[in-house]
Amino acid sequence: MPAPSGWVESTDENAPVPANSWRMPPRILSRVVFRFGLVIFLATSVCTFAAWKWAAVPPSEPYSEVEFNTDIRPLLAAKCFACHGPGVSQRKSELRLDTKEGLLGGAGKAGAVIPGKPDESELFRRISADSAGERMPPTGAGTQLSKSQRILVRRWIEQGAKWREHWAFCSIGRPTPPLVQIHPTLKNEIDCFILRSLDERGLKPSPEADPITLLRRLRFDLTGLPPSIEEVDAFVADHSDASYEKTVDRLLASPQFGERMATWWLDLVRYAESVGYNGDQPISVFPFRDYVIQSFNENKPFDQFTLEQLAGDLLPGGTAEQKIASGYNRLGMMTSEADVQRPEYLAKYIAERVRNLGGTWLGVTLGCCECHDHKYDPFRSKDFYSLEAFFADIQERGAYIDAASNGDWGPKLEFPTPAQQAERARLEREIAAARASLAKPVPNRVVQASGEKKGEGHDPSKAIQEILTLAPDMRTDTQRADLDEYVRSCSPSEPARRKLAELQCQLSDLRAHIPSTLVTVSVPPRTIRLLPRGNWQDDTGPVMVPAFPEALPHSRPHEGRLTRVDLARWVASRENPLTARVFANRVWKLFFGAGLARNLDDHGTQGDAPSHSELLDWLAGQFIDSGWNVKHVIKVIVMSGTYRQSSEPNDSLRERDPDNRWLARQGRFRLDAEMVRDNALSIAGLLVDKVGGPSVKPYQPSGFWAYLNFPTREWRTSAGHGRYRRSIYTHWQRQYLHPALLTFDAPTREECIAQRPRSNTPLQSLVLMNDPEFVEAAIVFAEHIIEHRVASTADRLDWAFRRALSRPPRVAEAAVLTALLDSQLAEYRRNLGAADEMLVVAGRAIPSGLEHAELASWASVSRAILNVHETITRY
Amino acid sequence: MNLPPVIGRRTFVLNAGLSLGAMALASCEQTRVISRPAVAAKAKRIIWLYMAGGISQFETFDYKPLLAKLDGQPMPESITKGQQLGQLQGQKLVVMGPQHEFRKWGDSGQSIGVILPEVASKCADEICIVRSIYTDAISHDRAHTFMNTGSTIAGRPAVGSWIWYGLGNEAEALPGFVVMVSTGRFGIKQPIAARQWHSGFLPGRFQGVEFRSGIDPVLYLKNPDGVSRKAQRDLVEAVQSLDRLESEQSTDPEIATRISQYEMAFRMQTSVPDLLDFTNEPQHILDLYGTWGSDGSFASNCLLARRLAERGVRFIQIYHRDWDHHAGVKEHIQGAASEVDRATAALMTDLKQRGMLDDSIVVFGSEFGRSPMAQGDGRDHHRTAFTMWFAGGGIKPGLSLGATDEFGYHAVENRVSVHDVHATLLHLMGLNHAQLSFTYQGAETRLTGVGPCRVINEMLV
Repeated sequence: MPAPSGWVESTDENAPVPANSWRMPPRILSRVVFRFGLVIFLATSVCTFAAWKWAAVPPSEPYSEVEFNTDIRPLLAAKCFACHGPGVSQRKSELRLDTKEGLLGGAGKAGAVIPGKPDESELFRRISADSAGERMPPTGAGTQLSKSQRILVRRWIEQGAKWREHWAFCSIGRPTPPLVQIHPTLKNEIDCFILRSLDERGLKPSPEADPITLLRRLRFDLTGLPPSIEEVDAFVADHSDASYEKTVDRLLASPQFGERMATWWLDLVRYAESVGYNGDQPISVFPFRDYVIQSFNENKPFDQFTLEQLAGDLLPGGTAEQKIASGYNRLGMMTSEADVQRPEYLAKYIAERVRNLGGTWLGVTLGCCECHDHKYDPFRSKDFYSLEAFFADIQERGAYIDAASNGDWGPKLEFPTPAQQAERARLEREIAAARASLAKPVPNRVVQASGEKKGEGHDPSKAIQEILTLAPDMRTDTQRADLDEYVRSCSPSEPARRKLAELQCQLSDLRAHIPSTLVTVSVPPRTIRLLPRGNWQDDTGPVMVPAFPEALPHSRPHEGRLTRVDLARWVASRENPLTARVFANRVWKLFFGAGLARNLDDHGTQGDAPSHSELLDWLAGQFIDSGWNVKHVIKVIVMSGTYRQSSEPNDSLRERDPDNRWLARQGRFRLDAEMVRDNALSIAGLLVDKVGGPSVKPYQPSGFWAYLNFPTREWRTSAGHGRYRRSIYTHWQRQYLHPALLTFDAPTREECIAQRPRSNTPLQSLVLMNDPEFVEAAIVFAEHIIEHRVASTADRLDWAFRRALSRPPRVAEAAVLTALLDSQLAEYRRNLGAADEMLVVAGRAIPSGLEHAELASWASVSRAILNVHETITRY
Repeated sequence: MNLPPVIGRRTFVLNAGLSLGAMALASCEQTRVISRPAVAAKAKRIIWLYMAGGISQFETFDYKPLLAKLDGQPMPESITKGQQLGQLQGQKLVVMGPQHEFRKWGDSGQSIGVILPEVASKCADEICIVRSIYTDAISHDRAHTFMNTGSTIAGRPAVGSWIWYGLGNEAEALPGFVVMVSTGRFGIKQPIAARQWHSGFLPGRFQGVEFRSGIDPVLYLKNPDGVSRKAQRDLVEAVQSLDRLESEQSTDPEIATRISQYEMAFRMQTSVPDLLDFTNEPQHILDLYGTWGSDGSFASNCLLARRLAERGVRFIQIYHRDWDHHAGVKEHIQGAASEVDRATAALMTDLKQRGMLDDSIVVFGSEFGRSPMAQGDGRDHHRTAFTMWFAGGGIKPGLSLGATDEFGYHAVENRVSVHDVHATLLHLMGLNHAQLSFTYQGAETRLTGVGPCRVINEMLV
C-alpha cells in the first residue's frame, strides 16, 4: 500500500494544510483577540449589557429575516413542487415555483411573486384563497398550508422575496469565521461559528466536560473502544490542551481508528458477505473491508479513496489494492434464483449502483428518477440513466444460476499463499496433461445416451440440460465441446478419467481455500436506454451515454465517452458542491450524534437545511483545501471547544433547544451496535485486537439460519480467538444479520445506509442480559475482578467500575452492587450446582483457586455493570 | 400532567422509575394514532396466513374450465406475447388444466378446490375471495418484499411495522408484530428473509419479532443457565437502581426509557412462556386445530396466533413455506394444502366462536400466483393475476370479487394491486394510507408508495 499521505510523516511546509501542522490556537486566536479589540470598541456602548443578559433575552425570531433556503423553499417543495416543480412528467401547468424565473418573473414574464407586495402576488393570493376552486394546493393534491406557514410566506414577500439557490447545490463558499468574544469554549474556528449562533439566540455554551468524560468520548468516537484504567489515570493527571491534543493524535494514529471509520463507511457502500437475494449465498469480499480500514488508517486522501472504489480497475498501472477497491461496484445484491429474467436483474443491479452513488457521495435521492423525473430536486430520468451508463462496462450476469453450488459470483481476485500458488500450478499442469491425453471427440450417440442419466447420480447442470434438449445437428460447436467435456466427466470407467476427476476435485478444493475478493472487470459497455417508468421491458427509450447530472456544475473532461474514472474525478472535485458537504456533515454526526443538516441522506430540497450553513461550508472547504484530508477534518472537529463541552442538558437548555440544534452542549447517545459488543469484550479483557482478515463467526443462537435455503446452512461458531474479534469482522449475512447486531440497529446493508436509527427496546435489554456472549464477558470480567483485587468487596467494586466506566462507584452505587453480591452469594452457596451451570456457558476452564459460588456471584455483579445505561452510552 | 411546582422533572423521572409497570406501558407502548380514522376502525388486529412460494390459484380458488378443455394444447400467443415470464421465458408454452376438482360451497356457492375441504366447507360463507390481484415482481425475493413492504427495493418497513407504528399495541409485555414460520414436508422450502418483518426506516422498536419453535422461542429470552428467576429479578432491580441513581446525576430521558425497557424485557420472560404453554387449552380446541403443543407446525402457529390475538398483539404473520410447485404440482399442492387446511379453518372457527372474528382480519395468500401454462408437471410463477382471500371485521363474507380472463392469465375485472390490498387493510384498521407516512430521505414515505391506489370498497361491508 502507498505511503501515508501527509498525516504523520509529511514535513512539507507548502502542503495545503497538513493535518499534523494544524495549530489553530496560537495563529487564529491572536487574530481573534486582535479583532476582539474592535468588538469591544463597538460593543461597549451597545451590547455589553445584553451580553451579560444572554440567557434572559428571548429569541428574536418573530422579527428575524425569513430565509429562503431554510424557511420558504422547503415549504414550496413540500406543497407545490409535485405539480409546479422540476419534474417534467408531473408538471401540471406552465408555472414553476422551483426556479427564480417562475417565482419572481424574468424574460418579460411576470412571476408568481411581486417582492414587497404579498397581496398583489399570485402565490400568496392562491395559498390563502377562501374558495376551494382558487385555493392551492387543490383538494386531493396534498395538505393546505397552515396559518403560520402562510404568514411565513407573507413575511418573506414583504421582506423583498429574496431568492437563493438551494444551499446544497451552490458552490461551496469559504466563509471567514465570525468575530466572537473571548470565551473558554473558543478553541478554534468551529467555535467562532457556534458561539456566534448561540449568542444570536441568547444561549450559552456548556462548560467543558470533565476529563474522564472527555477521554471516554474521544476513545469511543475515534476508536470505538473504551479507555484503559491507566489511560484514564494519566489523562486525569494531565488534561491540559497539549495533553488533549497528544491524545487526539495518538488515537487518530491507532489502527483502531480505521476500524471505527470503516464501520461507518461499510454501511454506505452496503458491504456485506452474502448476496442478499433469495438464497442469500455467501461471497468473499473481506479484502475490500481491509482496504477501507487501511485507507482510513493511512489517511488516504478522500478523492483518491473515491477514485479507487469507483474505478480502481481502470487506473493505468493499477495496483492489486486498487483492484480490490474496485470491488465496491460488486457489493450490490445478486441472485442465483433460476426463475428470474436476466435483463430484469441486470437493470436492477445497475440502478442500485446509481442509488448508491447518490447515497454514498452525493447525498441526494437519485433513486426516484429510475421511474420518473424527481419531484423536488432538479434531477431527471435522463440524469439517472446517463449515470447508469457510467457503470455499463462492468462485467456481470443477471443471474448467477450455478453460483449456489460452485461459488462463481463473477470476476474475482485471488490471493494464494506461495504454497497454494505452487500447488495450483502443479494441478493445472497435470490437468492440462490429463486432458490432452483424453482429447478425442465423443460420438453424438453416446451423448444422447448420457442425457438420460439424470437421476442416477449425475446431475447435469442447467446449461447441459438445455443442450440436450436440442437435436444433435442443431448444437453449436461450443455446445458440442461443452457436452464432450461433460460426458468425459461422466465416464469414470477409464483410469485416466478418474485421475482427471480427482485432480479437478483437488483443484476446486484448493480454490475454495484461496482467499479471494470480488472485483470489477471492465468490458465493452452494454447499451443503456432510458427506461420509461423504470420498465426494463420497454426498449423505446433513447440510448444513453455517460453524463453528469445536468443541474450540477460540471465541465466535460474530454470529448470521448466518459468513464468511471471521469465520474470519480467529478464526484470528488472542487466543482461538485455536494460530496465535500455531505462528507463534512456525516463526519460531524459521528462526533456529535447529529448532522449540522439533520438529514444525512438527503441534501436535496426536502432535506433539512443545515443549522450552521457557514460552518458546514467552512468544514467542507477545509476538507477540499487540505487535499481531501480526512484526519484533518476530524482533528479540527475534536479539537474544537464545541466538541469538548459537557453533554448534560440543563433544564433551561432542554426547554429552549430540546433537539440541541444550536449545540450549546455536546450530544449524548447510545453506542452503535458494534461498539456495544466490543465495549463489553474490552471490559472483560476478551477482545482480540487483530486488525483485518477474513470474517469470523462469534456465538449466535442456534437455528437462526433455519429459513435460509439453496443450500441450507448452519452457522458454525469460530474456534478460539475468532469469537472475540471486533464486531466489524463478524460475518455480515444480509437476510439474517447477527441478531444481537440487528437488535442494536445495525443495518442489513441491502442498500446504502447513511443514517442508522438509534432505538431503545426491550429486546436490547434481553440481549445484554441473556446473550451468552455477554454472559461470558461478565464471567471473565468477574475472574479479573477477583484476581486483580484480592482485598475487600469495596476495592473490587472500585476496580470493576473504573474498568467499565472509567470512574469509581458512588456510595449508593456500591451499596446496590454489594447488596446484589450478597443475595447472589447466598443463593449460589445454597445451590452450588447452579453456580457451575452458569459458569460453563463460556465453555472455559474456571481458574483454579476460585470459589465457584463467589465467581458466579461476581459474574452477576459484572452483568449488572455491563447492563447499565451508562456503559452503553457515549456521554 | 399537573405537578406541583416544587417537583421538577428529575424528581418525576425518579418517582416514575419506582412505579415501573405503568412506566413501561407508557413509554414503550404509547399509542400513536397518526391519522384521524377516515372511518371508524372495523378491526383491531390482522392475522396473515402467508403461503410462501406462490400457491396455485388454479387448484384452489380460481377454477378455469377452459384450461381443462385445452390441457396439453399450446397457449395462444395472443395472450402471452410480450409478457414477462419466469422459468418459462423462451420455452414452448402449453396449457395445463386444473389438477384438482372444484365445487361450489356453502350458501354463497363460492367455488373452491376440493383439496381444501375444511376451509371450503366451514369458511366459504365467511371469506371474501379476490381473484384479480396482480403484483410487480415475478421472482420470489422481490415479490415477497413487495407484498410485505410495498416496494421491491429492500429497506422499507413491513406492513406489520406500519400498523404497529400507526396504532400502537394493546398487548402487555408482548411485541405488536409477531412472525412465525413453519416448514412442511412437500415442495421446495422457500427461503424467508428477516427483511420481511423488518421495521425499515421506522424506529427499531416496531420491528417484527419472530417466535420460533423449540426451547428458545424468542431470541435471548431465556435466562442464562444457572440463573434462577429470582436471581434474574435481582439483576434487573440492581440495573434499574443503578440507572435511577444515574438519572439523579443527569436529566437524560433515555435513562427512564431504558429502565422501563428492562421491566418490559423481564415481563416478556414470563409472558412468552405462558403464551406458549398450551396446557390450559381444552382438548377439543387442540383437536380442532390438530396440534398437541407449540411444536412450530402450521397448526400450532395458528393456535398461537389466536392466543396472541387474544392478548392484543396487533399484527401476526404466519408463513408456510412450501408452495413453490415448479414440478409435481398435483401431488405437492395436495400435500401442502393438507398441512394448512384444517388449522386455517380451525382458526376461523375459533375466532368466530369467541366473537373475535368481528374485530380481527384474516388474510390468506402468497407473494404471487402460478401460471396457467405447464412447466413439466408443475406450474411457473405468475404475477398478472392471482387469488387471495380476506375475512373478518368490515369485510363482506361469502363474496367472490374480481375475475381473470378465461385462461386465468390476466386479471380483467376489478383489478386489485398489492398497494390496493395494503390501503384496504389500513382502512379497515382505521388508518388512511395516504396519511400514514414517515419522513425518509426527505420524502413523506408511505406503505402504498407514490402511485395511485385505492381502498377496495367492493369488498367492504
